[in-house]
Amino acid sequence: MKNSIAERVYDFLKTYPPFNLLKADDLLAISTQVSILYLEKSDNLYEKGESFKNQFYIVRNGGIALLHTKSNNIQEVINICDAGDVFGVRPLIAKENYKLTASANEESIVYAVPIEIFQSVTNNNASVQKFLITAFATNAYDPYTAEEYGKIFVDYLPNNPQDIVNFQTANYSKNPITCDTTATLKEAAIKMSAHKIGCIIVVDNEKRPTGIITNSDIKNKIATGLYPIDTSVKNIMSSPVYTNKKDLTVADGQLQMIKHNIGHLCITKDGTVNSKLIGVLTHHDILVTLGNSPSVILKEIKRAKRTKTLRAARLKANALLKSYLEQSIPLSHIIKIISQINDTVTIRAIEIALKKMPSPPPVAFAWLAIGSQGRKEQLLFTDQDNAIVFANVDDENYEATQKYFLELAKHVTKSLNKIGFEYCEADMMASNTEWCKSISEWKHQFNDWILSPDEKAILLASIFFDYSCVYGDSSLTDELTEFIYKTLDESALFFKFLGRDALKNPSPLGFFRQFVYEKSDDKKDLFNIKSRALMPLIDAARLLTLFNKIKSVNNTYERYEKLAEIEPNNKELYESCSYAFKALSKFKTKQGLLHNNSGKLIEIESLTKEEQLKLRRCFKPISEIQETLKLKFDLKNFV
Amino acid sequence: MLFDWLFRKKTGYPDFWKVYLSHFKNKSKSDITDTRFVAFDTETTGLDVKEDRVLSIGAVSIINKKIEVSNTFEIYLEQNIFKPETVKIHGLMRNGSEKKISELDAIKLFLDYIKDAIIVAHHASFDKRMINEILLRHGLGKLKNKFIDTGVLYKRSLHIIYQENTKPYSLDYLCKELNVPTVDRHTATGDALITALVFLKILSRLDKRKHLNWGYLLK
Repeated sequence: MKNSIAERVYDFLKTYPPFNLLKADDLLAISTQVSILYLEKSDNLYEKGESFKNQFYIVRNGGIALLHTKSNNIQEVINICDAGDVFGVRPLIAKENYKLTASANEESIVYAVPIEIFQSVTNNNASVQKFLITAFATNAYDPYTAEEYGKIFVDYLPNNPQDIVNFQTANYSKNPITCDTTATLKEAAIKMSAHKIGCIIVVDNEKRPTGIITNSDIKNKIATGLYPIDTSVKNIMSSPVYTNKKDLTVADGQLQMIKHNIGHLCITKDGTVNSKLIGVLTHHDILVTLGNSPSVILKEIKRAKRTKTLRAARLKANALLKSYLEQSIPLSHIIKIISQINDTVTIRAIEIALKKMPSPPPVAFAWLAIGSQGRKEQLLFTDQDNAIVFANVDDENYEATQKYFLELAKHVTKSLNKIGFEYCEADMMASNTEWCKSISEWKHQFNDWILSPDEKAILLASIFFDYSCVYGDSSLTDELTEFIYKTLDESALFFKFLGRDALKNPSPLGFFRQFVYEKSDDKKDLFNIKSRALMPLIDAARLLTLFNKIKSVNNTYERYEKLAEIEPNNKELYESCSYAFKALSKFKTKQGLLHNNSGKLIEIESLTKEEQLKLRRCFKPISEIQETLKLKFDLKNFV
Repeated sequence: MLFDWLFRKKTGYPDFWKVYLSHFKNKSKSDITDTRFVAFDTETTGLDVKEDRVLSIGAVSIINKKIEVSNTFEIYLEQNIFKPETVKIHGLMRNGSEKKISELDAIKLFLDYIKDAIIVAHHASFDKRMINEILLRHGLGKLKNKFIDTGVLYKRSLHIIYQENTKPYSLDYLCKELNVPTVDRHTATGDALITALVFLKILSRLDKRKHLNWGYLLK
């Protein structure tokens, strides 16, 4: 019987190693035996400790994360396999249990290749074996493997991702800026300033490094009047310099800098001062590779050329978030940094998408973040909610213009999904025709929502009113905001609707001051911190902000701070709302990091008594602000 | 003679049909993860259920989100009716190189393949009716399997605010929306595989607590 699917599997496999090394007949025989697996996000293919399966895998679509489980049950990403990457090859090499967990990082399709048939056709193919062993080694986590397979695994096997980075070759700056030993300090300083650099290497006539001058040398030796400005560089430079060969690792580089208390290492041809200078490794280069500071992550994002690089950078941000929470850094600060990183990721994703488009945008546009991203409160990866507003065009060009931006949005949402932001379940994304329109269409839309509010309008309004411009022409969003505030003046009813919506989630505590639980399948008592505690605060803040015509304050806690300024007699309440919001967000984020999800459902039983008490304390302002809304907007009889 | 005829009337169904029917006896509802789904598609000479004929049937079976390439179904049928204008859609020529079998053999193989699986198809009612016509032509009963239409299921999976949209969702549209690669579009087996992937992706979007039950899926 003809098997067209096997042929398509064959067409895919033949372009990727090790399958591209096989004969056509053999590969077709393998292709007919493949299983096609569909995985939802966070479905596991195999888990650490599970006994080996008689198959290995290649990613067809999506991405599979290989995770190492640490002793405290925390999982670390070792690698993420993308389309065409082979993984789970341990059973091919050693019949032993899996050492890592393979879990879908996003929705994925994976081909499972049976080992028996694969081995029967590749038994003596040396290049195939070599490839598989390399693939195994890069994804392996096993300190003992090196001993057992000593001959094969000569390379260091990393213990954790940080180690992987540490043992990378350091990325030093090539073509460093130099000056001759005969130069004056002024000449050297002019050169440094022209190249915007903090250090210059002094070389002899054979380009061998003899000394180094840094900003602090100039500060300490010239600015203090110790030497005149036209003194020879030889008087100022630190000498001799520390040198190394070009293949040194990040860890080695860092070690040497600490040992000698220096910030720069000269890279020379043979690693000694007696050969030609080829580069400089700075402390900053090391920081960039290790990448655990926000500025370094931001720089990496801005330079990213591919979605894959963006994803790696955003993952680092998650690690950063974790360490910040452990260090009890104020949440307002964490929120600012993480939303800055999220915005930068989005901007970069848009820039990359724009390059994929056949032509530049036909008219000005703005990319809006809406919902929690618009409020800049997104800490963990959550759904992406976004929209596009573009400048007005003639009727006859409207469809083509909209089509262009829809296409652009498709690229952007796809790469954001790859980075880790789930597609919005309700499809509130710029790639949806309904949420990608011209400024006048948007005005029309908001007009509709405000002047003829119904349940659906309020639901959408609560998401779309929290927009902020992430990329593009912000004058478009400013115009929209002006328009919205003008329209709001015409409708008192709209505020009532918003008010009713803000009250729809009853108080998180029941009559006897116990927690109100959600029903779940597995009979566990779950508390929904998002809908019961955070949403009421967010909704109330939005309503009061709109009512008071406060512009461009989107953070819920900042909104309350602003409200406290405007209404001094309610200062105390607003401040406690601001505090409660921050505390609850932190709670949710910690839970999310712990369970690797959004953290919105909390198992109350798993909390300590102290944590439960803390949580309860945050609920008081919620019922108070709800009472205030009831009075202010006369909602008692409005149901 | 008369007795012969009466006898035939009662038990004269061919064995393969009886075997097919036997799969539906004493069956209890199993868990969705263990259930066998068969996604299928037909290529036909046209859209008229009475006049037009099935040229090819393709199917893949899904158990627990897994599709075995070795257990896919792909057949081409010998038919007297041929419409040159539809060749550009399905690419099946009158004297094409595919090995063709008779309609009766085809339906035998097909029934043996699907057994009591839940059938998944895009715009399922058309394909279902085409198969039922074949069965009718050969003096057999209608298909007994439960059907799921991916077009309908997708619409129901959407957020409440979009459900009033009445446009029918084409398979191409779903592929684009759900990011399913469209290789081999308009071959029966290719479309069957695409339908299977579309089905799995819609399932993953349905709310696990509220919607992933038989009542909802087979509504």
